[in-house]
Amino acid sequence: MTTADVVGPDRALPPEEEQLPGGVAGLYHRAWLNLRTGNLGAIPIIVGEILVVIIFGLTATNFFTAVNFVNLITQTAGTAMLAYGVVFVLLLGEIDLSIGYLAGIGALIVAELQLPGSSWQMNGILAMLVAIAACALIGGVQGSIVAFIGVPSFVVTLGGFLIWQGVILNKLEQRGTIIIQDRWINYTDAYIFSHWLGWIIAAILTALYPISILYKLVVARGTQIAQQNWPLVALKAVGIGIAVFGTVAIANHGKIISTPEGLPLAGVIIILFFVLLTFLAKWTTFGRHVYAVGGNAEAARRAGINVSRIRVVVFMISGATAAMGGIIFAAQVNSVALTFPPGNLLLNAIAAAVIGGVSLFGGRGEVRGALLGAILIGTLQNGLNTLSVSNGWIYIITGLVLLGAVMLDTVAVRLQARSGR
Amino acid sequence: MSDTPLIELRDITKSFGSVHALNGVDFQVLPGEVMALVGDNGAGKSTLIKCIAGTHTPDHGEILFEGREVNINGPKDAARLGIEVVYQDLALCDNLDVVQNMYLGREVARFQILNEAAMEHTTQETLKSLAVTTIRSVRQPVATLSGGQRQSVAVAKAVQWNSKLVILDEPTAALGVAQTEQVLALVRRLGEQGLSVVLVSHNLHDVFETADRITVLRLGRTVGVFERRETTQQAVVQAITAGVPTKVSGIPPSAEAQL
Ligand SMILES: Nc1ncnc2c1ncn2[C@@H]1O[C@H](COP(=O)(O)OP(=O)(O)O)[C@@H](O)[C@H]1O
Ligand SMILES: [Mg+2]
Repeated sequence: MTTADVVGPDRALPPEEEQLPGGVAGLYHRAWLNLRTGNLGAIPIIVGEILVVIIFGLTATNFFTAVNFVNLITQTAGTAMLAYGVVFVLLLGEIDLSIGYLAGIGALIVAELQLPGSSWQMNGILAMLVAIAACALIGGVQGSIVAFIGVPSFVVTLGGFLIWQGVILNKLEQRGTIIIQDRWINYTDAYIFSHWLGWIIAAILTALYPISILYKLVVARGTQIAQQNWPLVALKAVGIGIAVFGTVAIANHGKIISTPEGLPLAGVIIILFFVLLTFLAKWTTFGRHVYAVGGNAEAARRAGINVSRIRVVVFMISGATAAMGGIIFAAQVNSVALTFPPGNLLLNAIAAAVIGGVSLFGGRGEVRGALLGAILIGTLQNGLNTLSVSNGWIYIITGLVLLGAVMLDTVAVRLQARSGR
Repeated sequence: MSDTPLIELRDITKSFGSVHALNGVDFQVLPGEVMALVGDNGAGKSTLIKCIAGTHTPDHGEILFEGREVNINGPKDAARLGIEVVYQDLALCDNLDVVQNMYLGREVARFQILNEAAMEHTTQETLKSLAVTTIRSVRQPVATLSGGQRQSVAVAKAVQWNSKLVILDEPTAALGVAQTEQVLALVRRLGEQGLSVVLVSHNLHDVFETADRITVLRLGRTVGVFERRETTQQAVVQAITAGVPTKVSGIPPSAEAQL
């Protein structure tokens, strides 16, 4: 009576692969296994970024300068911030099309609240907190419509897209532009840390990864859980150190006429959010539940997870990061104008997350993907700009990179699926 | 096996509109026994286990757990009593690894911060205690596991929570021969460890390999309870199809209910 499809003994892989050796041999072994099974992680995008930097470094005269490097950081910051929110939304298998104009709403709120002479004028930091909270609330409302009424997020946030665009139009059509004078708000783009502070921040950021590993070791003491692959840990720690200290070194090296440049606050903000949101996604119950709902919502529901609550909170995160990104963009031009959001903000943010390996179907991807994707898109667009390439070509090339990244990812996933079962 | 049943259902009825899915079902499971629940399609097996799991509330009848009358009004109530269900579709998240699935919804955490080491450790212990040895790493995504391994993870997940009663809905339906054997061995081991198991199955081969007793449902009624050692496949098939057991051994259903 048993089904006829006879399957061999239940062994997924030949015995010699049952235990991964540790040490450097293990590193090679794992790299080979990952390569063969299409588990490429962040490698393609890092390689892509290095290639792009080399190409522009060789062809564009103003690309490989410290000043342009600092520009690149501040230009990327806003997109990265929105892309962080996109990661959480995509992890659920949902989409949020409203974030571009929600960023505009966030910027509009801070601009209104800092307006000198108005009765509601407040401190810029407070204004930013209010704007972020307001956009989180808006995101929460949109998320509630998705979670409780069951309208697809594409439709709900398409509605949001139109509504918030309409609100911005109504507010700014007559006034044209609101100038932002509050220094705290403008600092989110333009504040430059002194060289020493830059080094200290670099040291702190570099220490975070080893500290997290140390924490895991302390928690795991006395248990026989899988060992860390030390060469891999070392490689990552050194890589992070080089990236962070390199960034500060280059930024500190810059000079505009005679004013010294340095590490911009915008860069620190995106790294802070990166650390915070990575922690949320990977270390907390909430984050685990986000992955679970995105992987199999029915299984999550049966496991007692409040799926609706997770959906609402994720759309709140998306609203909050959109507001923060919008504030950084507004600070860049010290104003909010009708032309907000700049360029293809929404699509760039989604593209950044997708290029960074976040799946549109939910359950797969990481916050770091958004950061790496935003950096790649930012570098590409910045480099093409310094080459005076037309906007049309910039869009075309960004689109091609997006296509290439997604095709690579799709092939990788297929390889992974084949290596299983 | 003369102790009080771990769970006993008396005269359970459940209707969906005009469909009488359960028509006065009596059902009981003793501590440490593997009870098979068999019956044709539409006999009411799934509905019955959903009543035990708290997904459905019976229209009428009573449920006794360890001799006390209980109301099971949701999966949480069932879990509190120590009842765990492994549904046919397993309800695993393919994108999460074995440890993450084992603890889904009940993560070990302090101030919302996950304690991965504790979860990984216990997962390994549980799998070891169930002699599930084919899973290479508890940190590999469930998507990379074979069907039998997935079933093992789902069962281990149910067992992990100090459960007393594990209900398996068609655990071998999607498996090949070797993997079926692996899962059946696991079911027997659960019984040996003192857990009560309800094995819902179409497959009499599986049932006769694992069960201590067999309850036959037909059209929403209990038509027979058989001791596996004292009956034959033909007798059970007869009960499933015709509802008239030719060779009743053990206790007749009406007497069973009054135990
Ligand atoms: N949720 C439901 N709504 C309406 N009818 C149902 C529902 N669940 C089960 N039934 C009906 O109840 C009867 C018993 O079904 P079920 O318990 O699934 O049988 P089995 O699992 O033994 O195949 C069938 O006639 C089925 O169509
Ligand atoms: Mg059924």
